[in-house]
Amino acid sequence: MRVRRLAAWTALPLAVTLGLVACGSGGDGGSGESDPNAAVRIEIAEPQHLVPTNTNETSGSQVLAALFSPLVDYDEAHKPYEVAAESITSEDNTTWTIKLKDGYTFHNGEKVTADNYIDAWNYGAYAPNGQNSSYFFEKIAGYDDLQGESPKAETLSGLKQVDDLTFTVTLAQPYSEFKSMLGYTAFYPLPEAAFSAPGELVEGYEQAPIGQGPFKMKGTWQHDAKVEVERYDAFPGEQPKVAGVEFRIYQQLTAAYADVLSDNLDVIKTIPTENLSTAGTDLGDRFVQSPASSLHFLAFPTFQEEFSNPDVRKAISMAIDREEITRSIFKDSQQPARAFVSPAVAGYRENTVGAAGEFDPAKAKALYQAAGGPSKITLSYNGDGGHKDWIDATCNQLKANLGVDCVGSAEPKFADLLTKVKAKQPVGLFRMGWIMDYPSMENYLGPLYSTNGSSNYYGYSNPDFDRLLAEGASAPSEEEAIKKYQEAEDLLAEDLPVVPLRFGQNNFGHSTKVKNVEMDLFDRVNLTKIEAIK
Amino acid sequence: MFRFIVRRLLQMVLAFFGTTLIVYALMFAGQGDPIQALAGERPVTAAQRAYLTEKYHLDATGIGGFFYRYFDYISNLLRGDLGESLTGRSIGDILAAAWPVTIRLALIAIAVAVIFGVTAGVLAGIRRASIFDNATLLLTLLVLGIPTIVLAPLAQYFLGVKWQVFPPTAGADPDFFALLLPGIVLGSLSLATALRLTRTSVAENLRADYVRTARSKGLPNRRVVSVHVLRNSLIPVITFLGVEVGNLMSGAIITEGVFNIPGVGFNLFRGIRTEDGPLVVGIVSVLVVVYLVSNLVVDVLYAVLDPRIRYE
Repeated sequence: MRVRRLAAWTALPLAVTLGLVACGSGGDGGSGESDPNAAVRIEIAEPQHLVPTNTNETSGSQVLAALFSPLVDYDEAHKPYEVAAESITSEDNTTWTIKLKDGYTFHNGEKVTADNYIDAWNYGAYAPNGQNSSYFFEKIAGYDDLQGESPKAETLSGLKQVDDLTFTVTLAQPYSEFKSMLGYTAFYPLPEAAFSAPGELVEGYEQAPIGQGPFKMKGTWQHDAKVEVERYDAFPGEQPKVAGVEFRIYQQLTAAYADVLSDNLDVIKTIPTENLSTAGTDLGDRFVQSPASSLHFLAFPTFQEEFSNPDVRKAISMAIDREEITRSIFKDSQQPARAFVSPAVAGYRENTVGAAGEFDPAKAKALYQAAGGPSKITLSYNGDGGHKDWIDATCNQLKANLGVDCVGSAEPKFADLLTKVKAKQPVGLFRMGWIMDYPSMENYLGPLYSTNGSSNYYGYSNPDFDRLLAEGASAPSEEEAIKKYQEAEDLLAEDLPVVPLRFGQNNFGHSTKVKNVEMDLFDRVNLTKIEAIK
Repeated sequence: MFRFIVRRLLQMVLAFFGTTLIVYALMFAGQGDPIQALAGERPVTAAQRAYLTEKYHLDATGIGGFFYRYFDYISNLLRGDLGESLTGRSIGDILAAAWPVTIRLALIAIAVAVIFGVTAGVLAGIRRASIFDNATLLLTLLVLGIPTIVLAPLAQYFLGVKWQVFPPTAGADPDFFALLLPGIVLGSLSLATALRLTRTSVAENLRADYVRTARSKGLPNRRVVSVHVLRNSLIPVITFLGVEVGNLMSGAIITEGVFNIPGVGFNLFRGIRTEDGPLVVGIVSVLVVVYLVSNLVVDVLYAVLDPRIRYE
């Protein structure tokens, strides 16, 4: 869930080279015997909410990942496989039949049934409940009837119970990658005990959420302090290797980092920027980097005359030395990007931007002058996210390589930047970041570049692109869908509405008391793998 | 004295409403899009936006909207309801959880400032121009010159991580020992100022006529210093410490962040970052009360310390 959350203040983040990733991700340097009776301590920020359909930031979804077991998870190739589901099938990509595994129970003893999923999803989609993740259900038939101030219906017409363990989901339009969506936090079930009346959540449910996952709550959510969970012995899936987890709440990552250094905390999920350069020395092989889903880019207001020519945009892209910036500014904690989708999803190709992604100052300048690019460029960013350094560096490169005047312009917060962009004020180029909602190429393309995309702030509109996305969504198989999406991505490379700059990575660290620390693509520590050392 | 206190209490009521009005107006004016700020860089759905807008009357803008929201807030406040933060938590609960730890931290800081600052100040004042006096001058200048934002992480790194004398962070429910390091860091600035003030004041009073009189009466030196000199020298120090109590509670933003103490400063920082108007105004309102009360206590203490001061 925390998908898309490049919260400004944690932003600088991530990551080193993909090459390191493969071998580094296990943090398997730990030796010593595993202690199944010990609990581990993991850093989080104060969650905003702990109701599955209301949780879309990393900290909340980390806690919920302990308490709930998802329908699907993702394998090495980023393809979904069933976890709490027995099978998820569809003939036509429109009606999906979800069959649940038998034997799952909620922590209060209730048996998990199809109705638990239907009730939870209906609650999440119903607009008056104001759930943060309600948009995850927008593909399901009947979603529109649940919107507005006084919706026409209270339940999604697309959800039908077949028997105790089976239900069908009818989508408004065919979507070939629906199964990939189901791994997200919003699709967890809720027990009957969570509802005081149909469609009404028990007050205080989120203080001690009842789930069907490998851990159950130990006490209640202690705001600003911690959330503690312990192993749920009746969990039928893969049992975790620790007795419990204490999610300890930090407001500043530097405090958490100091605690990891002195073994007072076991896992810090993001090494603070100021400690990145010393983390290798401080932690040794306990400083680990793994791929993350974030993509950072500079967007063009294509509706503005001076940026409407794709050649201008390409020239700017060619004038930026991505390697130099990731190395000197980010200390290799991020990777240069030359594609519109992240390596975190199936269908990623390394260099889809093509020639426009190659650093070539001479060609860039010639192209820029031929296309009549503006003599002054502004780069807008939010001043609270640590972006100043790389924006200034980029500006200096543009000055030197294109012979233009370039200034960085800071807005106080990302919200202020968005307000101006939405009002089509001339902010010049502006920075954006994207984290996926679910591992699918479509999630990197649809919201950002389709004509009606929810985050298409640059006025980009290409009917061919929209058509290819629609064809991909209704493609009979995932492979064919990916082909369509790749064609769509090639169109983006021709038009270049944004300049992809960097891929993020997880930079995390752990204490000497744990081993097998892994992080998934959603920025969550894998709680079934982590082990405590005796 | 009684009439003085009653008058001051009535003034406090006015001051309280005045400051909440100003703080509320500032938050109101500075508020861009709190819903987007809450979501970070994620897009906000229309449903979520409509829900929060209605719940917090965010559509009431302009002068009319401001007074509508301000009076709504004040009328709830008078009923003892501080409202809800944008994440739906009761601000009363947040404050109830945050205050005890912040007060403990501030008390430790004040104790550090008084015990070490005043004692060393008196010694330095008595032995003016001695090695001790010069050493404290140098040391306090150094402490005054280092901002907390540097001092706190340094103390944490050396005393917490490297030598492991203290736990590096205190956490939500710290014992006295865990709060000691943050308390010393927080109190060090007040300590330095209190020391300088005491030293000057003592040095000056030692040359006063009444001290010479006391000495010529044959009073023992210890009594001259502890009763005659110290009592009169404490007035500026008390004034300073009174204001400092408020500063320590609101100014603990950096210290509480570095040592991960979920107190008032910690919550204030979060409130400002997420443009959470109700939370910021709630915390500041309580801080205003703390300032007002500590100033009143200071004024009353004047009368106790200096019999020449009388309140009508």
